[in-house]
Amino acid sequence: MGDNLISVNNVSVNFDYQENFISKKQKIHAVNNINIKIKKGSFFGLVGESGSGKTTLGRAILGANKISSGNVIFHDDERDYELTNMNKQDLKEYRKKAQLIFQDPYAALSPRMTVRDIIAEPLEVMKITNSRQETDERVRDIAAKCRLNIEHLRRFPHAFSGGQRQRISIARALVSNPKFIVADESVAALDVSIQADILNLLKQLQTELNLTYLFISHDLSVVAHVCDVVAVMYLGHIVEMGPSRELFKNPKHSYTKALLSSIPSIDPEKRSEAIELKGEIPSALNPPPGCVFRTRCPNPGVDCKGGEITMGLTEVEPGHWVDQCCVL
Amino acid sequence: MSHLLEVKNLDVKFDTDEGRITAVENISLTVDQGEVLGIVGESGSGKSVTAKSIMKLNPGNTSYNEDAEIILDNENVLQFTSKQDLKKIRGGKVSMIFQEPMASFAPAIKIGAQMVEQLLIHKNINKDEAKSISINMLKRVGIADAEKRFNQYAFELSGGMRQRAMIAMALSTMPKLLLADEPTTALDVTIQAQVINLIKDIIKEYQMGVIFITHDLGVIAQVADHVAVMYLGSVVEKGPVNEILKNPKHPYTKGLLQALPDINNLDAPLSPIPGNIPSPLDRPTGCVFRTRCPHHNPEGKDGKIEMKLIEVESGHWVDQCGIQCGQNG
Repeated sequence: MGDNLISVNNVSVNFDYQENFISKKQKIHAVNNINIKIKKGSFFGLVGESGSGKTTLGRAILGANKISSGNVIFHDDERDYELTNMNKQDLKEYRKKAQLIFQDPYAALSPRMTVRDIIAEPLEVMKITNSRQETDERVRDIAAKCRLNIEHLRRFPHAFSGGQRQRISIARALVSNPKFIVADESVAALDVSIQADILNLLKQLQTELNLTYLFISHDLSVVAHVCDVVAVMYLGHIVEMGPSRELFKNPKHSYTKALLSSIPSIDPEKRSEAIELKGEIPSALNPPPGCVFRTRCPNPGVDCKGGEITMGLTEVEPGHWVDQCCVL
Repeated sequence: MSHLLEVKNLDVKFDTDEGRITAVENISLTVDQGEVLGIVGESGSGKSVTAKSIMKLNPGNTSYNEDAEIILDNENVLQFTSKQDLKKIRGGKVSMIFQEPMASFAPAIKIGAQMVEQLLIHKNINKDEAKSISINMLKRVGIADAEKRFNQYAFELSGGMRQRAMIAMALSTMPKLLLADEPTTALDVTIQAQVINLIKDIIKEYQMGVIFITHDLGVIAQVADHVAVMYLGSVVEKGPVNEILKNPKHPYTKGLLQALPDINNLDAPLSPIPGNIPSPLDRPTGCVFRTRCPHHNPEGKDGKIEMKLIEVESGHWVDQCGIQCGQNG
């Protein structure tokens, strides 16, 4: 297992839900029985519609959501961190090594702190640096890597555009020298021209600083461009996973196919060949038994319509996994 | 034949504490019946302000230039001042669909009541007729159990359903012009595909004119007949959708297309447009794009070339500075 950085083993995340105080307690099955391995130095993409559990899974891997069952292991050079079995000291160490970049660069930065203070905060909170001088040095160093000017550091976030703010966010995530970054819809709020800039920056930082990313996005064209490996999520399950080029060229699961065909083509002559999915994603309170996608599947088989086929990934080609319901 | 909508030389300025901001400068557009005009551009390019001017929905600190005209159905909207006249356009001849459907429905009033209310204002009908029109319209946009949804609140509907209900409400008064301001941006791709198909069907069925605002060139390629590309309040290029997307002339249009990740061409590098969109408070003189233009056209760079659209091919208009720059790269 030397080349994996993160192993996610049978992870499920449930949330308790009670409509009002007299009604029965129910469980929301946000993430169900997920197994993924993230290789060192890879750009791992997680795609799916809203409500598919991408963010919950990302947060669970960071230890920000409680894992209901299963385990996440972070393979560091000297030792492994087992997420469900960590004491406070370990958790502190882990947080230095695994960081999060948020979606909305307008909400993620405190308006009352200067850019320097925003970027320096993790160093101070985690007590990584010993003197103000050392902190300043690291802040300047990482700011330069994220293409921020020294004079930017004295200003407040309101003086910056969306793209620049996102670079501040990235600098803050990277200042503690992490190895693993979860980027949760980090380009979704940006204009296309700026989106391209941030994606290029993330790629460049990856080689420069030896980073591994979990890149969460709903935009398949973006994921196809930057990620090496992609997992497609639907209603808390991974329905297809594989090397990104293989998966996008040769999708096997009906949901992946439908998603790909729904991307509006830039060619006006290729209008709407979209496989239209009827209806919407069902509630995670009562997911359909068996294959979770069968209620919207455009060509369901006889067995899966009855929900008789359980969810489970099968390897169709080396490294390309598809939910068994769609393989049969 | 006269156009359904003709916008001529429109400037929109806002008076703010920091000074007078030019949000839109010298825009001319036309929309015919049954035609979809797409407006694309980054945030801050003046797309929404242009659309809102057509309904005079801009805030009180707005001023329009004297010689501007917005001719809708042979009447100049900019000269409307009385409530009576404005009512005719707002929700009558023109309807608007917004980006965030949760924010466009009143949260404490049932969806049905909101639909009926606007029908009673604009049409000479009674409550029962209004109710049946509304329910039929909800059915038409593909909402199952329309009768049940009619008596629900906006928060009880999912995002895609809310956007459908919004479309049903906008269409129920049978407007001649529909303004769709980023109607699919907040939706997932599968729901976006549903809503785009629905809008296309409805345009065909009712033969209305549509202005479709989006920042997504893919969506434009799917719905629009004509496109106007806006940058910092000016139209830098406009023409038939095929021409603009396949044969762009202006460096900004080219830049937008190169920055877009294309799933069919994964080897192409993503090239961002350098720099940031300038603040409207210090809008560049001359060519508005010159501060970010990758091609060095010495005169354009100094701001000596005025903004002016020139027809390069039949129906395909490009800003004159951009024609020269576009040839360089």
